[in-house]
Amino acid sequence: MDEFEDDAGVIKRFMFVNRKAPHGTIYALESLEVVLISAAFDQDVSLAFLDDGVYQLRKDQDPAAVDMKNFSRTYRALEGYDIEKLYVCKDSLAERGLTEEDLVVDVEVLDRAAMARTMAEQDVVLSF
Amino acid sequence: MLHTVNKSPFRTNDLQSCLRHLGDGALLLIEDAVYAATPGTRVADQVEQVASQNAVYVLANDLQARGVSQDQLIPGVKPVDYQGFVELVVEHGTPQAWL
Amino acid sequence: MKFGILVNEGPYQHQAADSAYLFAKAALEMGHEVPRVFFYMDGVNNANKLQEPQQDDRNVVQRWSELAESHEVDLVVCVAAALRRGIKDEILAPGFRISGLGQLVEIGVEADRLVTFGD
Repeated sequence: MDEFEDDAGVIKRFMFVNRKAPHGTIYALESLEVVLISAAFDQDVSLAFLDDGVYQLRKDQDPAAVDMKNFSRTYRALEGYDIEKLYVCKDSLAERGLTEEDLVVDVEVLDRAAMARTMAEQDVVLSF
Repeated sequence: MLHTVNKSPFRTNDLQSCLRHLGDGALLLIEDAVYAATPGTRVADQVEQVASQNAVYVLANDLQARGVSQDQLIPGVKPVDYQGFVELVVEHGTPQAWL
Repeated sequence: MKFGILVNEGPYQHQAADSAYLFAKAALEMGHEVPRVFFYMDGVNNANKLQEPQQDDRNVVQRWSELAESHEVDLVVCVAAALRRGIKDEILAPGFRISGLGQLVEIGVEADRLVTFGD
């Protein structure tokens, strides 16, 4: 749109905050859809996984068993879109008996203080 | 940063999760989260503690809708109307909704 | 200031659609701009003109249309979310248009603040 042309070239820090488990509701899948689109906008994109959101990254998901799409592989493809900042909440993993080894992709595990600092640096936070 | 929470603290952990990541940010309780602003609840001491360190607001329209008087709030929690909500978003920078 | 607004839930089921509207209306009344409201997931149901709320209830869909008309707010409905819920051009209320998710990212880039309402 014309009114937006002046701002071409702006780079903002976008964070996608994922706090819900996959499959039970659509939020995890739809968050990932926006992440993929955002890659085309050359923004500074990061993803945060906390609370039940850490289950989105769990290995061995096979939603074909409930006739749903398996999008967990897509997290591994994000690197190809230059989306490399994946932050996972340390306490959320521990509370759920998970470790980094249980996840489909390499992530940066952050404690609460580091996660809070990273969130506070963002220009746009999209929560699903 | 302005953090918004919209769920009752007795139903989900959204408020707890938000409080753990609040830093020096401000908190606004809206929709069913406004019950967290009332005294005598399981989370009241915690909310009072947060309100003594951070700016904590509650949406007055949602209080009124739920039968909670603005005179019955936890000390330090400030009621705002929708215009106040808009001002908070202007003033505190990036909003984050703890959905 | 320019506000982008994201609505993730449908009308009459969850308060998110009401909160988003009241926020947008307050911002506009204060002289701010709301160049775009983006409707995603069940939020796309806000665009369905076939809805007939009871006489004594608010008309969520019509309220959005009036806001678009009076303040030139661009009401954008996510195409993929809309089509899978049967929201098509022929049932869009005035002021709404169907487009891609890029419109959400774009308003995130262009607006001073992006405010999300959902579950």
